[in-house]
Amino acid sequence: MLKFTDEHEWLKIEGDVATVGITAHAAEQLGDLVFVELPEAGTVLDKGATAATVESVKAASDVYCPLDGEIVESNQAIVEDPALVNSDPQGAGWFFKLKLSDPSAVNALLDEAAYKELIA
Amino acid sequence: MDDHSPLKQTPLHALHVSLGARMVPFAGYDMPVQYPAGVMKEHLHTRSAAGLFDVSHMGQIILKPKSGRIEDAALALETLVPVDVLGLAEGRQRYGLFTNDQGGILDDLMIANRGDHLFLVVNASCKDEDFAHLQKHLGETCDLSLLDDRALIALQGPRAECVLAELWADIATMRFMDVAEADLHDVLCIISRSGYTGEDGFEISIPAASAEDVTRRILEHPDVMPIGLGARDSLRLEAGLCLYGNDIYTETTPVEAALEWAMQKARRTGGARAGGFPGADTILRQFADGADRRRIGLKPEGKAPVRGGAPLFADAEGKTPVGSVTSGGFGPSADHPVAMGYVDIAHIPNGTQLFAEVRGKYLPVTLAALPFVTPTYKR
Repeated sequence: MLKFTDEHEWLKIEGDVATVGITAHAAEQLGDLVFVELPEAGTVLDKGATAATVESVKAASDVYCPLDGEIVESNQAIVEDPALVNSDPQGAGWFFKLKLSDPSAVNALLDEAAYKELIA
Repeated sequence: MDDHSPLKQTPLHALHVSLGARMVPFAGYDMPVQYPAGVMKEHLHTRSAAGLFDVSHMGQIILKPKSGRIEDAALALETLVPVDVLGLAEGRQRYGLFTNDQGGILDDLMIANRGDHLFLVVNASCKDEDFAHLQKHLGETCDLSLLDDRALIALQGPRAECVLAELWADIATMRFMDVAEADLHDVLCIISRSGYTGEDGFEISIPAASAEDVTRRILEHPDVMPIGLGARDSLRLEAGLCLYGNDIYTETTPVEAALEWAMQKARRTGGARAGGFPGADTILRQFADGADRRRIGLKPEGKAPVRGGAPLFADAEGKTPVGSVTSGGFGPSADHPVAMGYVDIAHIPNGTQLFAEVRGKYLPVTLAALPFVTPTYKR
């Protein structure tokens, strides 16, 4: 199941774990990324807390945790090569995997059609 | 500035929009921050070929001596800048600073001797204040005009000379900081060999009515790419050049800003026209004795960019503050983060490691010589 937030993140949900990244729209708006900082596995985050930081040539931006949960894995490939986020934002450029405290909370997120409408 | 006033447009606004630029408010103008290529490619293209910038938001000012003698305009301007203007030959340009009575910097500018007048280029955000300042102090000796009918573009990079040579063969005879007049596509332009990137290049003042046509035709050259404000900032930062409002401002003096080179011998203590500019006591004293802090280059040791505003400490625990970062980001050509800032003089010995506070962490930064890239000016 693929969900989106109005903060321009996508979540691919498998059971109670969500793989989280930023949308192609967000990656395009940010421009060429040169630095990514990710949360460590084991970090427990509330919805809306700063989970990651991305920096383009111009500016730094925060990536927020889309739902309450615990980080179970973060994608070191984008730390090594931040350009992956620009080239494949909804694939190889994923950020982290989040074990959801309440898997039913995903129902409140946007589906793809609603997200497309948001950025239209 | 009134945040609610409508944004102004340069004569090249429609061109930017047609090229797919992302437009942002800057100094009261709706300006291109980047084109579809993006900041990284635009930056690297400027260093490898040629980048074209719209800098029409900057102020172009003509200073004409009422006496008809250019020396009178030069001496009048010398009362506001710690620069040898009298010694500036016809057809030459030089960097300058407006100072205040405390020795602080009101703006930085370019000063050109155009034979019967001086031609100044000042920052967009300061142009109205600068013009009022000039009117107030020079209005009796000079006729002043702030030109609103001219665009200003910059063509920067190793291919800039070849591109312009196709329009005007004599361009190759110009040296760094020469100023000349020439027809480009049958439009009379004022051309200086200067810029804000650390690259060889040119700045071209064009009558507004012809600006889009001339600019479009230069952009047709396969070596030329349009460059937005994003890459303009990363290029100037790598080149160690100050951005007014960030790295120099009313609370920094030319000596603190490491801009002593902009004050020629004639205006220094013992020179033919020593002092005689606002803040001369403070500035000349600092020139002799040094200032308590100094602008220096900073190389973050990790991959994280350290941005303007980050506090600097002598220790990794953030106990001993020693200054702050004024500009910082990623340097696409340097291929690492680059920054500059002010540091207390006691902590400046070469090779010193400092720590910048970024998001609650203290990241190691090393003092570094400016610029981060070797300039390629044609001297």
